[in-house]
Amino acid sequence: MEDQFDSVANYEATRSKIGYEPRKIATQETYNRIGFMSGLEVHQQLKTRYKLFCRCPAGIFHRNDQFNAELIRHMRPTLSELGEYDGTALMEFKTRKNIFYRINNENACTYEIDDTPPFLLDKKSLEIALEISLLSKLNIVGEVHITRKQYLDGSIPTGFQRTAILGVEGHIELKNKTIRLIQLSIEEDSCREISDIGHNRVFKTDRLGMPLIETVTYPEMTNPDEVMEACDYIRFLNRSTGKVLTGPGAGRQDVNVSCKGGTRVEIKGVAHTKWIPELTHNEAFRQWALLEIKEELERRNIKGENWKINHTPLNIDKTTFPEPFKQKYAAAGEKFIAVALPGFKGLLSHFTQPEKIFANELAERLKVIACLEHPNMFHTEELTPTFDSAFWEEIRNSLNAKKDDALLIFRAPEDDVTTALEVIQERCEMAFDGVPKETRKSFENGTTIFERVLPGADRMYPDTDSAPIPLTNDYIEGLKQNMPNDIVERYEQMQEWNIPEDTYTYILSKNLYPIIHKIITELKYAPLFTGVFFGQHLKFIEGQYKKGQNFSYEIVYGLFKFAQEHKLKSNILYPMLSIIYEQPQMEFDSVLTDVRYKPHSKEEILAPVDFLREKYREIGRVQTEQAENNWIMGELRHRAMGNMEYKTLMNELKKR
Amino acid sequence: MDKDIFQGYTGRALTMLQKYHVRVWGKAVMETTRGHFEGTVLPRAEHQDDTHIVMKIATGYNIGIDIETITDMKEVGYSKANYAIPEKEFPYTKGLPSVKLFGTGGTIASRLDYRTGAVIPAFSPGELYGAVPELADICNLETEKVFAVFSENMGPTQYIALAKAIGKEIEKGTEGIVIGHGTDTLQHTAAALTFMVQNPPVPIVLVGSQRSSDRPSSDAALNLMHAMYAAGHGDIAEVMVSMFGPTSDDYGLLHKGTRVRKMHSSYRSTFRTIGDTPLAMVRRTGIEHIHKNYKPRRKDTNVKIFPYFSDQVTMIYYYPGMKPEIIDLLVDQGYKGIVFVGTGLGHVNRELYPAIERANEKGVHMYMTLQTIWGYVHMFVYDTGRDMMARGIVPTGNMLPEVAFIKLGWALGQTNDKEEVKKLMLTSINDEITEREPYNGYLVYQGGVPEVEEFVQKTRK
Ligand SMILES: [Zn+2]
Repeated sequence: MEDQFDSVANYEATRSKIGYEPRKIATQETYNRIGFMSGLEVHQQLKTRYKLFCRCPAGIFHRNDQFNAELIRHMRPTLSELGEYDGTALMEFKTRKNIFYRINNENACTYEIDDTPPFLLDKKSLEIALEISLLSKLNIVGEVHITRKQYLDGSIPTGFQRTAILGVEGHIELKNKTIRLIQLSIEEDSCREISDIGHNRVFKTDRLGMPLIETVTYPEMTNPDEVMEACDYIRFLNRSTGKVLTGPGAGRQDVNVSCKGGTRVEIKGVAHTKWIPELTHNEAFRQWALLEIKEELERRNIKGENWKINHTPLNIDKTTFPEPFKQKYAAAGEKFIAVALPGFKGLLSHFTQPEKIFANELAERLKVIACLEHPNMFHTEELTPTFDSAFWEEIRNSLNAKKDDALLIFRAPEDDVTTALEVIQERCEMAFDGVPKETRKSFENGTTIFERVLPGADRMYPDTDSAPIPLTNDYIEGLKQNMPNDIVERYEQMQEWNIPEDTYTYILSKNLYPIIHKIITELKYAPLFTGVFFGQHLKFIEGQYKKGQNFSYEIVYGLFKFAQEHKLKSNILYPMLSIIYEQPQMEFDSVLTDVRYKPHSKEEILAPVDFLREKYREIGRVQTEQAENNWIMGELRHRAMGNMEYKTLMNELKKR
Repeated sequence: MDKDIFQGYTGRALTMLQKYHVRVWGKAVMETTRGHFEGTVLPRAEHQDDTHIVMKIATGYNIGIDIETITDMKEVGYSKANYAIPEKEFPYTKGLPSVKLFGTGGTIASRLDYRTGAVIPAFSPGELYGAVPELADICNLETEKVFAVFSENMGPTQYIALAKAIGKEIEKGTEGIVIGHGTDTLQHTAAALTFMVQNPPVPIVLVGSQRSSDRPSSDAALNLMHAMYAAGHGDIAEVMVSMFGPTSDDYGLLHKGTRVRKMHSSYRSTFRTIGDTPLAMVRRTGIEHIHKNYKPRRKDTNVKIFPYFSDQVTMIYYYPGMKPEIIDLLVDQGYKGIVFVGTGLGHVNRELYPAIERANEKGVHMYMTLQTIWGYVHMFVYDTGRDMMARGIVPTGNMLPEVAFIKLGWALGQTNDKEEVKKLMLTSINDEITEREPYNGYLVYQGGVPEVEEFVQKTRK
């Protein structure tokens, strides 16, 4: 009788064996122990009228079903500089994907679908990107060379992205550390994926071709929080120009992570910086776990060179699949193949990430490379078993497999069976070497799944359709004239103004600093009040109220100016902001009426005080001076609004 | 010597490299007023300026350094890139047809030349197999490079050489012929071969690509597979062009060599049959005939080669206000044949009549074709047309202007006799003039119209 293997216990045992710690309790020592190392590639869309290489409008997006035409392409690997095919290239070709592109005439032309060569690179985009390069302290190149970077996943219809380096070797200043930058490039954005099912992948072309910059750091961050800090810094720097797009998808980053003895793995398209710490933490430990699997194989004395899977097709009618299982899958006409992984018992349920085991690595590759939809695989070490041990014993016998072999069954259309077997063999072979080079897709819960094999270096070609663009000294000097100051300088200035530090992230991410600076220096408002008004109150309003169309932070500046010109005390700014935020088109005068503002002199405001004191003594529950003043304050608050600061009012009450 | 060491660099950039002893393919470290740079010095494309040095940096990108900013430079290593196309032996499969591929310098399969940015064609069967292994499932391939010229440099000399080479190959018993060709003048060569290689027993398929095969979404591989299939397995023994039907990777179309025209400067689906439907649709696995009537494949090796061409032929694209001296000048230069590309039904203005008359008297052969591309020349409808015919201009029905030009050159290569030339011109060899234009021979749709939009969204892939 087959032993019932306790997969959950094994998952937990292997998790503690590698010394996994949740991020909450992890310290710098934890990260030093596993040799955490991380670098960033931060992408940022620019705010321009046109796309980068054609004159289609940038930033107009469509729903998935809004398209005027659809076309199909296939991506073929091309020969590298040395006359070889890239590994990724071959994998992508293996997947035999039909790639569909949906085109909307409003935002895509024949350039996007590669039926017209590129037009000249958009001047405005170049200018913004260079400004950011200068802010990033990069060495600016003398001539911009457009390069083709191959992508065979279909995300770009040409099969390559046009991209160009603007500067190399820069740096940014974090709180306790300088992070060096490798380079900054300007490039065309890719398509947005609509779906990827079986052999068909569907994209839309609205975002395709929009100007994008990529800032690449050296892998110098040594803990997850540092990665987030660096990422925020770069994003705030980009936004400080006021010339980049914000909102969903406008800024995305790829995060490279490795651990000691691991490999550079790229987590692609992380949408929010706040996801970074958990993702990098888990990825470093995933690699640490894979290295443990490698060692375990060595301990078991299994060698990778001669290791071979063993498989047999299952006859759906003659196999004792449980009845519900049969009903669910038998009708699709798929093949069921049983596979033995010699000596792999206990490895399929080996911990890799929270709630994830080594078997997931196989299943994810089966989905991506062999196009097998989940659930594509069932195995002897599922955390929630699909089949019982008697069933597996039958399978084990039909495979002539040994007791210490792990078993799995995958389901696949007949045409994909060979690829699927290759994928299983290949991924298991990689286990003998530790961590495969790959890119991974991120999830909000901090885990990742396999996305693609990491492309080799050999995928860059000069773009024969574009001429190099010289950057003269005069041009660069001209750009330097109108640049904003450094993020680090802004940080220090806010500290000097005593603005609380916990507001900086919000202020810098929304690029509110220039407005705050203007209000303080031009309108002479108190720095602390202004900083808190933006960093706390505006943030609160944004979270609670519905933003009106055409609302911009410039309007808040106008509000401050209006209050100053009308000699209104600043406490009126609070109610006015709530209204102006929802109805930005309203005249400030009407807003005053809306908040029921009436001008009152000091005497008028304080006139009812004596009456109120008597009244409180009749009705007040707590008869202390403080309670009494607070109650009167509440009664007079509205009269004071815009006429007297509340603090002054309270002082007056205390005097009487 | 220097030319090898400093490939492509001239003038001041060359002086700079020489001064610091930095070679092309040398790993260089540079100090500039814009900071420090490191990378491998790459060759410079010859038509570019002499004030920048190109480098490939560690991340694989290329950048240019302004020589004005360089304060110091040092070569710290050297590594020359080596270009090779992998060559794998093209496997012989019993039972598959033998196909001969003639190369003319087009970039049907290729890889990039790093230096010039140009594409190096892959051509030998081994190279092609390395690039498009699926070809081995279609046919047994033999290749021969007839010459290597750019499409725009193809001309009478090449047509004649190609026609003779095809003749020899057919006599040797090949089962199909494919000609790799640049797309710009593909239609001219297709017309010339139709006239020069008559009554072929096997398919003769011209093929090119609109996107060179160094690009992942190139149309080259699929075009090549379609052409090989049509040549090896197809039943149509005519001179044809095989190129993308739609812009999508789907099917190819087989166009008659005399009715095909490149209609877009860059689209993949640029080749269209004009005034008729294409011969057939072709996929990697089969051919779907559209035309019921075609010349079928035969077992014999009887083919007639007419390798003639006179280069004393020209074309005049008429425009309003054209001056008669243009014609006078051409005639005085000794041109024997003129193909007019006229407006509307085939017209030029009256001002040209005296010059046309003079040309006619000097024995110049004159033919009328259309700027409208679609439709027939009708010179009986208006007086002007009748006037022109009286002055010796012969209407050519719905023959395409480029085809008329090629045909006149071919005819004048054989005879100077007016009547004989006229007979050659007006007797169709393979539908260069058709008797009728089917209703679906002219379909130029307009975007924006509701029914077209619906068709484009739902059907046209
Ligand atoms: Zn466009």
